[in-house]
Amino acid sequence: MADIKFKKTPILTDAILHYCPGCGHGIVHRLVAEVIEELGIQDRTVGVVPVGCAVFGYRYFNVDTMEAAHGRAPAVATGIKRVHPQNVVFTYQGDGDLASIGAGEIVHAAHRGEKITTIFINNAIYGMTGGQMAPTTLVGQKTTTSPYGRDEAHCGKPIRVAEMLATIEGSAYIERVAVNSTANIIKAKKAIKKAFEMQIAGKGFTLIEVLSNCPTNWGMSAVESMDWLEQNMIPYYPLGVKKCKED
Amino acid sequence: MAKKLMKGCEAVAEAAIQAGCRYFFGYPITPQNDIPEYMSARLPKVGGCFLQAESEIAAINMVYGASGAGARVMTSSSSPGISLKMEGISYLAGAELPCVIVNMMRGGPGLGSIQASQGDYFQATKGGGHGDYHMIVLAPSSVQEAIDLMQDAFDLADIYRTPVMMLADGIIGQMMEPVEFKETTKKRELPEKTWAATGWKEGCGRDRAVINSLYIENEELQEMNDRLQARYATIQAEETRCELYNTEGAEIILCAYGTIARICKSAIALAAKEGVKVGLVRPITIWPFPTDAMRNAICQDSVTSAITVEVNAGQMFEDVRLAVDGKKKVDFLGRPGSFVPTAEEILDKIKQIRRA
Ligand SMILES: Cc1ncc(C[n+]2csc(CCOP(=O)(O)OP(=O)(O)O)c2C)c(N)n1
Repeated sequence: MADIKFKKTPILTDAILHYCPGCGHGIVHRLVAEVIEELGIQDRTVGVVPVGCAVFGYRYFNVDTMEAAHGRAPAVATGIKRVHPQNVVFTYQGDGDLASIGAGEIVHAAHRGEKITTIFINNAIYGMTGGQMAPTTLVGQKTTTSPYGRDEAHCGKPIRVAEMLATIEGSAYIERVAVNSTANIIKAKKAIKKAFEMQIAGKGFTLIEVLSNCPTNWGMSAVESMDWLEQNMIPYYPLGVKKCKED
Repeated sequence: MAKKLMKGCEAVAEAAIQAGCRYFFGYPITPQNDIPEYMSARLPKVGGCFLQAESEIAAINMVYGASGAGARVMTSSSSPGISLKMEGISYLAGAELPCVIVNMMRGGPGLGSIQASQGDYFQATKGGGHGDYHMIVLAPSSVQEAIDLMQDAFDLADIYRTPVMMLADGIIGQMMEPVEFKETTKKRELPEKTWAATGWKEGCGRDRAVINSLYIENEELQEMNDRLQARYATIQAEETRCELYNTEGAEIILCAYGTIARICKSAIALAAKEGVKVGLVRPITIWPFPTDAMRNAICQDSVTSAITVEVNAGQMFEDVRLAVDGKKKVDFLGRPGSFVPTAEEILDKIKQIRRA
């Protein structure tokens, strides 16, 4: 028999992903699932999925899951964690979900030092509702509700969530990563693992901001979208560790 | 156990703890602050957790998480805060999660006042949040009854996997009365929470938990709604409660809930002195509404008309009229703006109706 070099993690179910071809959500799902497998925490992990393209996350993550109302995942995760502190609890949220409607919930989860891990997908757009402007949409970027390009005089500049949350005392580990290249994907997985480990060690709130793409709503091919991310998003959203409270 | 003097809010909080509630998430608002305050002192002492949320929206979503994780959990607020919880309540109903929500009603709309009111009857009984759902809504008329109903509230929530609201006017919350915490003798059989999300792996003896209210296919959504509606029908058949007071052979029937029902009883005593027999129908569950009891009491031959008495512009009034279905005249006494009617005002209304 041939050597098996790669196999799908059992922490993803066999359900077929509904994501558009080339979308980063699928990559990030796999990274999170592999981390859960490697840490051997499936039986004590509870995931909270958002309203956004990842709304069907409960079909894919092979762990107990809860579907939260739009933006409320950090509050739902708080409720779970306070009842079962031994559980490993993560939320998976988009940028409309986390940085707009749920801005209050994420700031206060961080502020309380809630021992949860948030996987924050920044794709600079509202994917699920058809490509409207997000708080993370870049200046000049055209979306269905910024058809002339985001005008900073009209609606401000994009929010840098990782930097903002890093200023909050309760956050223990904050890093921004991207999934546009193999090298970056490997770094992203390391970051996600670190965040889960910091949660398990009881250090406080942990969040990994993942720069991801949305070929469909950006109106690009998958390859073009990865280049666009590299050239436009990374300069505004610098990658790296923003906060690490080791002890 | 000996009776002791206790404020309504604190009594409700203590009753919740005695009913096994160990988690509380809330946000300050008058006139119910004594509930979170009491919980913050007591819950850590009984192995529970009190957390002051950043908003009522966060609080109700924490309740969602804790309930989904299998805990007995509650929140409390007053009218403007309850409005903020409505999104979460709809999700709790859709995800079929048990919890208890206390609303110590104050005047509205908007910021309104901090005085007692019954202005949230519609919101509590007709939905409030989006979608076809109901909560069981319990309306105590004394501090003692609020205590006694608390155990029921948690049990009903667990049995029917539904949010249960205790809807009290601010008077109940702020009033002190002598109360007794009785040993709960008739504890009901509770289903095991095999659906709770606590951590899972293949072969652990249950299916993977998914707490969810999303049913993207019409057929699935219909099925979920059918399940809810069937449950609501059972609740209506099994759990409707009301008090009938002096209704046999009465000439006039008063319809009221909460503390207002007690004022009605004083009015009934005043009317009796004048030789007029007046009765009272007091819904204890305002959802499910005691439609049959209401109709039977009001549609007796002896009754000439009914009067609904509320501290609002006439909300339960609509349910009473629906119950009677045009067979008797139903009048209304009440004012929005937190004006609690006196027994004398109610008596005047009775006299006025008799003259007409
Ligand atoms: C209260 C509420 N408001 C609005 C919506 C509609 N809605 C669904 S998903 C979404 C935006 C999702 O965008 P994002 O969080 O960026 O995630 P993505 O789809 O890009 O992954 C919105 C506005 C909703 N479901 N609930």
